[in-house]
Amino acid sequence: MTPADLLFVLLKILVVLLLIPVTVGFCTLAERKILGRIQLRFGPNRAGPFGLLQWMADAVKLITKEYLIPGEADKALFVIAPLLTMVPAVTVFALIPFGKGMEITDVNVGILMLVAISSLGTYGIIFGGWASNSKYSLLGGLRSAAQMISYELSMGLALVGVVMMAGTMSLVEIVESQKGLWFIVAQPLGFIVFFISGVAETNRLPFDMPEAEGDLGAGYHTEYSAMGFGLFQLGEYSAILTMAALMTTLFCGGWGGPAAAALGGAVSLGYFVLKTSFFVFVFIWMRGTLPRVRYDQLMALGWKVLLPLSLLNILWVAGYVALRG
Amino acid sequence: MNEAVVGYIPILLFFGLAAALGVTMLVLGIIVRPSSPNPVKKIPYECGNVPTGDARGQVRSRYYLFAMLLVLFDVEVIFLFPWAVNLRSLGLFGFIEMAIFLGILLLGYVYLWRNGGLEWD
Amino acid sequence: MGATEQRTMTLNMGPQHPSTHGVLRLILELDGEIVVKVTPELGYLHRAIGKIAEGLRYEQFVPYTDRLDYLAASINNLGYVQGVEKLMEIEAPARARYLRVLFCELSRIESHLIWLGTHILDLGATTPLFYCFRERETIRDLFEEVCGARMTHAYFRIGGVRQDIPTGFLQKVREFYRTFPSRLAQYETLITNNPIFLRRARGVGAISAEKAVAYGLSGPSLRGSGVEWDLRKAEPYAAYGDLDFEVPTGANGDVYDRYLVRIEEMKQSLRLVEQAAENLPEGAVKADAPQFIRPPREEVHRNMQAMIRYFYITMHGGSPPPGEVYSAVEGSKGEVAFYLVSDGTPKPARVDIRGPSFVNLSALNEMSKGQYVADLVAIMGSIDIVLGEVDR
Repeated sequence: MTPADLLFVLLKILVVLLLIPVTVGFCTLAERKILGRIQLRFGPNRAGPFGLLQWMADAVKLITKEYLIPGEADKALFVIAPLLTMVPAVTVFALIPFGKGMEITDVNVGILMLVAISSLGTYGIIFGGWASNSKYSLLGGLRSAAQMISYELSMGLALVGVVMMAGTMSLVEIVESQKGLWFIVAQPLGFIVFFISGVAETNRLPFDMPEAEGDLGAGYHTEYSAMGFGLFQLGEYSAILTMAALMTTLFCGGWGGPAAAALGGAVSLGYFVLKTSFFVFVFIWMRGTLPRVRYDQLMALGWKVLLPLSLLNILWVAGYVALRG
Repeated sequence: MNEAVVGYIPILLFFGLAAALGVTMLVLGIIVRPSSPNPVKKIPYECGNVPTGDARGQVRSRYYLFAMLLVLFDVEVIFLFPWAVNLRSLGLFGFIEMAIFLGILLLGYVYLWRNGGLEWD
Repeated sequence: MGATEQRTMTLNMGPQHPSTHGVLRLILELDGEIVVKVTPELGYLHRAIGKIAEGLRYEQFVPYTDRLDYLAASINNLGYVQGVEKLMEIEAPARARYLRVLFCELSRIESHLIWLGTHILDLGATTPLFYCFRERETIRDLFEEVCGARMTHAYFRIGGVRQDIPTGFLQKVREFYRTFPSRLAQYETLITNNPIFLRRARGVGAISAEKAVAYGLSGPSLRGSGVEWDLRKAEPYAAYGDLDFEVPTGANGDVYDRYLVRIEEMKQSLRLVEQAAENLPEGAVKADAPQFIRPPREEVHRNMQAMIRYFYITMHGGSPPPGEVYSAVEGSKGEVAFYLVSDGTPKPARVDIRGPSFVNLSALNEMSKGQYVADLVAIMGSIDIVLGEVDR
């Protein structure tokens, strides 16, 4: 790697990294706007035209708020926890191909790397819940940890299906291999398992157990204020973006689309953004529609329904690949 | 430098820069944000009451069981990946081999289910 | 064994908690996430309303009753004014009685809408709440038009209602009961058969009919257990005897049955609203009882006797004969009752109030023992308490 290469990579990283908070900001704005529409209200419409600057106002607010640390908290852990959630959630973007030739890096075990990095986020949540020394936080943190590890399994198994069909673990090559047929068509079962696990992994309704407002206050981030809370939010919404991007990349042809390969660049990026936005919308839509699943039901769904289903998917895909050669 | 390692450098860089971004966000506020802690503010939230006892008491052992289950099954998943990559070249033989492996895995799973290992309460 | 004591964790839920529907504090004993014991701790909203009544004349106390179950204020008004009417031995004219039914049932729908919205909100679905508030807004507009107040109505007066309905009002009521069924159908598509809701509600917080009676439950919480007991049918008051409606009951007494009962009750209330509006008799809206009821304004300006009477009642108030009376009505949460003791003075000697939420809340521990914390929230929502009534 020459210094020039390194500089170029650094530039790409900086662009992506600085775009993430902005995207997350617009993502929260979109969520509030869409939820508003679903719920017969306007959503934020005061900061800037159509409330477009709301995310900036929120950021400023979070920065200027007092940062409270509970008296009996484990101080070091309490401060580090939000970082532990946010940093891995953001780092995953290093692996995602945004468009033709538009990835920061491509490693041959991309999928494994991705799972490894994103599951680090669980630590932040469980540490945050533990460090606060608040009962609501602790219950929320524990719930979240158990939930995330349970769904990681079925998610991993769903990914095996993708790898089998693509014959590679590199995300770039997975996108390439979907030129003919999107994997969502070839293995719909795998997509369903991945989708449900993805929603559960990101702690979103109907699986928003760790912060179940109705019974746990705000769950693991009950005690967090100011930017600590902000980082948790950033992590959570980055995870949503990641999940939507992964659904796009792994199952819906990534940046591929009519003429994308030929034109490349902006067109392929456009396809990617479009597809990802669609999944983000679905996440928001579900939040506007569904009630919350109970905790034991959530665990049962993960272990007793999704796990067998994902094994079935592997069997199906393996048969398909082995027979077609 | 080894060719295989080069691909990981950007990830490491990204990780470091993301951490820097996070720290910056946390630190940025120190200049502008107020800090006036008092004992009442520092009480953990328990719906407006002074908490009784320590929050970090005993935890249900179920949590550990599920953590162990994850470790067990996740390791098997890891084994599946290399096989999945090479499935095309392994052909039917590989398929049957993995079916046996998954069968053993499934046996353990059924055993677990039947013994109530998957019940939450 | 000492180990059991260590294993449970004491957790305060409330008074500052989104799901306790006000300033209720629940002291939970948890084993992991399983509820071992719930102890409701009351008193955060205690205002000694019964004691306040002793310092007020009978008619002055009407607005205070609004503050009991503030989500269905008119029904409390009715329970109280009917009690006073019994003491004074007067009867409201037919038009007033029909109007009372009309507004009580509107109140009941309003209260059930709030219950529906918040109950589902506790279970995680945010959207129905906003839809419910849309309909509630319409009902409030109706109330505003007739009595100026939107939430604390105090529209019912001893011997009748405050004033007759304005012209064109019935047209608006008609519009309401024409649009409401389709709106209710919308909520049902969102909730009634939602698999997640079914799993959260079926078999959760069940209480048998015998136990429900033993705990003194009333209202939808009782009927959900299959006991057909509704004061509107059992001891018809106002105009309920003339009107046709059904009393829905459940079978299992779980959260889901209580949900179905309330949804059906809204439909029945709508029928009552329709009947009361269509069959509204003509005539006066206040009883003719010179001892207790002020003469109308026009009379006061023309007639010396009327003016004296007006001043006397305003300054001194009417004194019912000594005696005591128990007046109960079917509230949106259960049996709302007032026990009034008169010593022959213009002020009551004693007022005791039966708040159905208070009694229903006593069964919370029984319903939620051995269930999850998340279920506790669902159960709390399904017995539909309002804190203004729990702490009086």
